[in-house]
Amino acid sequence: MEWLIASVIAVMTGCGVYLTLRARTFPVVLGLTMLAYAVNVFLFAMGRLQVGFPAVIDPAAAGYTDPLPQALVLTAIVIAFGMTAFLIVLALKARSELGNDHVDGLHRSEDERKATRHNTKTDSERSES
Amino acid sequence: MSPFTILPILLPLIGGILMLMARPAGIQTQRILNLILVSLLVGVSLVSFNLASSDIQQVVLLGNWQAPFGIVIVLDRLSAMMLLLTSLLALAALWYAIRTDTDKQGQHFHVLFQMQLFGLNGAFMTGDVFNLFVFFEVLLLASYGLLLHGGGRLRTRAGLHYVVINLVGSTLFLFAVGTLYGILGTLNIADMAIAVKSVSPEDQGVVATAAVLLLVVFGIKAAMFPLYLWLPGAYAYTSAPVAALFAIMTKVGLYSIIRVHGTIFSEQAGDLAFVHVQWVLLLGLITLALAALGVLAARALRRQVAYLILASVATLMIAIGINNELALTATFYYLIHSTLLGAAMFLIADVILKGRGIYADSLTKAIPIDRPIIVGSVFMVLAIALTGMPPLSGFFGKVMILNSALSHPWFAAILSVILVAGLLMIVAVCRSGSLMFYSVKKDKSEQSAPLNKSAFVAVIVLMLVSPLMVIFAKPLNDMSSQIAAQLYDQQAYIDAVLTTLPHGENGK
Repeated sequence: MEWLIASVIAVMTGCGVYLTLRARTFPVVLGLTMLAYAVNVFLFAMGRLQVGFPAVIDPAAAGYTDPLPQALVLTAIVIAFGMTAFLIVLALKARSELGNDHVDGLHRSEDERKATRHNTKTDSERSES
Repeated sequence: MSPFTILPILLPLIGGILMLMARPAGIQTQRILNLILVSLLVGVSLVSFNLASSDIQQVVLLGNWQAPFGIVIVLDRLSAMMLLLTSLLALAALWYAIRTDTDKQGQHFHVLFQMQLFGLNGAFMTGDVFNLFVFFEVLLLASYGLLLHGGGRLRTRAGLHYVVINLVGSTLFLFAVGTLYGILGTLNIADMAIAVKSVSPEDQGVVATAAVLLLVVFGIKAAMFPLYLWLPGAYAYTSAPVAALFAIMTKVGLYSIIRVHGTIFSEQAGDLAFVHVQWVLLLGLITLALAALGVLAARALRRQVAYLILASVATLMIAIGINNELALTATFYYLIHSTLLGAAMFLIADVILKGRGIYADSLTKAIPIDRPIIVGSVFMVLAIALTGMPPLSGFFGKVMILNSALSHPWFAAILSVILVAGLLMIVAVCRSGSLMFYSVKKDKSEQSAPLNKSAFVAVIVLMLVSPLMVIFAKPLNDMSSQIAAQLYDQQAYIDAVLTTLPHGENGK
């Protein structure tokens, strides 16, 4: 079981890293989601893998599994969920405002063109004088 | 232990909720309420500062669970100083935001502002690594909202980068915390410091990996090389009061390195002692060199200021990396200086930007701004302070850092990088200053916008910090050395956290 869990985490992390490094926003969102899943399983496994043990107090139990990682995972899931939702909205906003879905906004936006226009204007003025 | 201790965290949380409820009453009500709340927070921070100066860590057990089992809130000298710094900075930034109507550009500015303070204060006071993660997320989520406040293409793009890199950072944080928990079996910083001493030799590599991974996470927050690339964009394109408030955000990363790494991987940690220090010093030196080049290469004033902030953070990293009590003393002196003065520089960049109309803050020949003498003088004072020229506080801070490095094996490298970077920055800032205030267009056809005097008050107040820090250098230095001494006495911190008993068990 250790081997299975470890390889699941490894594959998800690998996919997550690969997708996060893509140049468009949608794969990046997917990549971050993958990374969040990987880290959730990882956190869960950090309480050691045990089968059939309760996490809360039970008089009949022979032993317990560590309840803390479960609480941590729950917190991490909620936070990652909220953050992903925010990121999707932001990616949509960037898509509509930048006119493309490149993470780096590959095409120069109008604002930048406007800013550089002053530079070129003053350059040409200088050459005229 | 006093129940008052937790108030700096609760006040902004309640404040944020109040702000949300006050929304139907209009922006004016929100403004007044927010000003009152932030002023109150300054007062609360002052009382906390007073509480902490008794040299005993104030520990609050949340849910009345004893230390390693429950989450603890710890107030010591360092936390108290950070709280005070945050609230003073927030007051100046809020005043500027209100007087320039920045808060009207979008929804919920005041709510996010309070939530930002909630996250910051929480991060400065928590004694639990996972709780630190949660407060990081709170302050980050608020900062996403504030960063994007007002909208605009470049802001959205910079915001996207900032959000993505911080989400990656959060994931790495969880990996590091998970690994540490898997080996050490605890998340309480004080308890981890004890557990790390008895780590078996075959597990030491794993713990060291987690420690460096945690350093990467804090490095993202503190903008450490090679993870600083988000900072110039994010700080340059957001609104000025938000950029000013964000001057404390990079310091959260530095604070976390001092608190988490400094406590857990202290000299008592056996083979794992100071596993992070060499990295912080090396990366700090590289960051400073690149930040100086960034200042030189910037084509717009706000970008230049962002690189100046990066340079001051890098200087602090070097001071942390030197790793002795004297260097830590210098760190805190320089931290106060760089936070408040860096914020002032962002605000004055905005004043200049607004005054130059369509030319904005691009470093080109443009129309003269309104009241160039006063704005120019303030800019000059800030430039002298931030680049570390005598006689202002930046110079004192740098001298203290260099003085503490005298016996360090890397002294030559530290000295040359700090001095050359200072020279490059002063050249670049001089060029910007002369371009904006002397080399101006003569034609009267374009009218510059009048100076917003009441907003400018915030800049002047922040600027006055620098001469004041020189005049009161002795008491401030004493305070910093007390903070450093308290941090070097890790055993006292561990004892204070772990021996605090829950309510109702004091008599047993």
